[in-house]
Amino acid sequence: MLKRILAIFRARNLEFMRDRSSLSWNIILPVMLMFGLSFIFGGGDRTQYTVGVLQSGQQLETGLHPFLDTRYIRFVVISNEEDGFRKIARHQLDLLVQFDEPRRYWINPDSPKGYFVEFALLQSADPASYGLKKSQITGDAVRYVDWVLPGILGMNMMFSCLFGVGYVVVRYRKNGFLKRLRATPLRAIEFVIAQVASRLMLILLITSFVYAGTKYFLDTRMDGSYLVLFLIAFVGAIALLSMGLLVAARITSEELAGGLLNLITWPMMLLSGVWFSLEGADAWVRQVAKIFPLTHILDSARAVMLDGATLVDVAPALISLSVMSLVFLGLGAAMFRWRPR
Amino acid sequence: MEIALEARHLVKQYPGVLAVDDVSFEVRAGTCFGLLGPNGAGKTTTVEIMEGVTPATSGEVYYFGSPAGNKFREEAGIQFQNTALQDYLTVRETLQMFQSLYDRQADLEHIIRECSLEELQDRDNRKLSGGQRQRLFLAVALVNKPRLVFLDEPTTGLDPQARRNFWDLVNRIRSDGTTIILTTHYMDEAQILCDEIAIMDFGKIIIRGSPAELLRQRYQNVIIELPLEDVSGDLQSIDHRVLESQGVIEISTNDVNSSLQALATHVTGLNRLKIRQPNLEDLFLELTGHSLRA
Repeated sequence: MLKRILAIFRARNLEFMRDRSSLSWNIILPVMLMFGLSFIFGGGDRTQYTVGVLQSGQQLETGLHPFLDTRYIRFVVISNEEDGFRKIARHQLDLLVQFDEPRRYWINPDSPKGYFVEFALLQSADPASYGLKKSQITGDAVRYVDWVLPGILGMNMMFSCLFGVGYVVVRYRKNGFLKRLRATPLRAIEFVIAQVASRLMLILLITSFVYAGTKYFLDTRMDGSYLVLFLIAFVGAIALLSMGLLVAARITSEELAGGLLNLITWPMMLLSGVWFSLEGADAWVRQVAKIFPLTHILDSARAVMLDGATLVDVAPALISLSVMSLVFLGLGAAMFRWRPR
Repeated sequence: MEIALEARHLVKQYPGVLAVDDVSFEVRAGTCFGLLGPNGAGKTTTVEIMEGVTPATSGEVYYFGSPAGNKFREEAGIQFQNTALQDYLTVRETLQMFQSLYDRQADLEHIIRECSLEELQDRDNRKLSGGQRQRLFLAVALVNKPRLVFLDEPTTGLDPQARRNFWDLVNRIRSDGTTIILTTHYMDEAQILCDEIAIMDFGKIIIRGSPAELLRQRYQNVIIELPLEDVSGDLQSIDHRVLESQGVIEISTNDVNSSLQALATHVTGLNRLKIRQPNLEDLFLELTGHSLRA
């Protein structure tokens, strides 16, 4: 069994490595994106201000304070005090305010944007009448490039997993290569394992290489363990690969495969937090986003890289990804077809 | 002689089409068995059921007396009519990959030599000509030192020289005791290579036996063949048939002298006249009423 898996694994690796256009696309795209974004957002001067409102309910009540009517400020609900403090420290929030008793607000004294938002808060109403008490939280800023790095690496992983396995298996089925393999002692599960292992190895190598490059050139932030981050990439890639195999389990049209894969990848790219945080989005949007493996990958990777989360902290995400992998692989294996109907 | 492969009441029903209609036959070990018929006769479907790549609607396949299973997959070599190989691999890497899928392994160098692939072994699969690809497909079918080889229309699209080389190769494989199942719509190929044939049409086997035996049983006559343009008069008095597509008339006779005398008054010349033995093509025409759709 191992010999057969290794034969297909090796052949697939050679095919990928010799397909220069595909290989370079997989490496060049994320590197170009990283440096492009670093150039554009390197100064960290995003124009929008973000203020966290600490409250128990999910719905923001604008009548609580005139400050909430201020234009050009994005207000997000923060339900966990620790979470709010961490974001103030990381400059991810410019100000955190609590209008329920005891009425307070927090800013980071090193944040220029925090200074202006505090000014806006104090100008919006008489501070004495609301009795807001000021506190300070210090910490280094998280640059946008630090925040977006997991998103770009995750997005590249997603495309590579879904198209690299899903599209390739459909092509093999369509051109009769799967039928040829069917006439050998190779079993479906051996073929599937070889495909997953081959792409997994390549994705992890490429992702590690791109990560190392950005770390070296852009000095991106890493507060947690590299091992835990690698584990997230490993488990997350398996979930995405399984999803690709499920899509490719029985269809024979490359056009249909491309359409289905786009149908899956675009919502993930928009809702999983690749480019921007969903914190300000409606609660139902955030709930929907949780069905995507990429959401769990990015949330846990950012927690490790930006907040120093441990293995225990990201365990729920790893469990969710593992369950998804099992479901996708189980369905994919059950539905797998060697040749067109 | 031992039976290598046996098909029992194979049926394959596609929506609206009965592709294989209760087909049964057996193939003796060490022989070359030809499954013949025009395109669409059901021979490829029948063979793919036997190869295990297409499930039958009903019926069974037995390999050396047992239902075809893992042993069959390990010991059978298959050359498909249309298939693809993994891109970006060389000829040698392709053979190595397929060989690794089997426990039984042939000497790769011997196969490369036998299939005349020595000078192509480092070439990318995608850069092979039609004949070179056919030789590689055959080599892939031989990497596991098979006891049984399926060749599905192996010489379709090859030039006459390449076809003859391929026949030599198949004869060498057979001489090692390997059982061969050949599908083709070339009757000359079947006549040269096969010990036994079965002719299929519309999903059924319509006749079976050794080519020589079948022809001997059915034909005592010889065939006189003459180009249509050399015929000047009315041939109503002579029993003949016209093959418009080939531009000839054929007269089947057991008395060549009398037939030639009768013909002499109706033709402009006999320089292009041919006298030949009936062949499988004649047999097929007689049995089915239509010519081979090659």
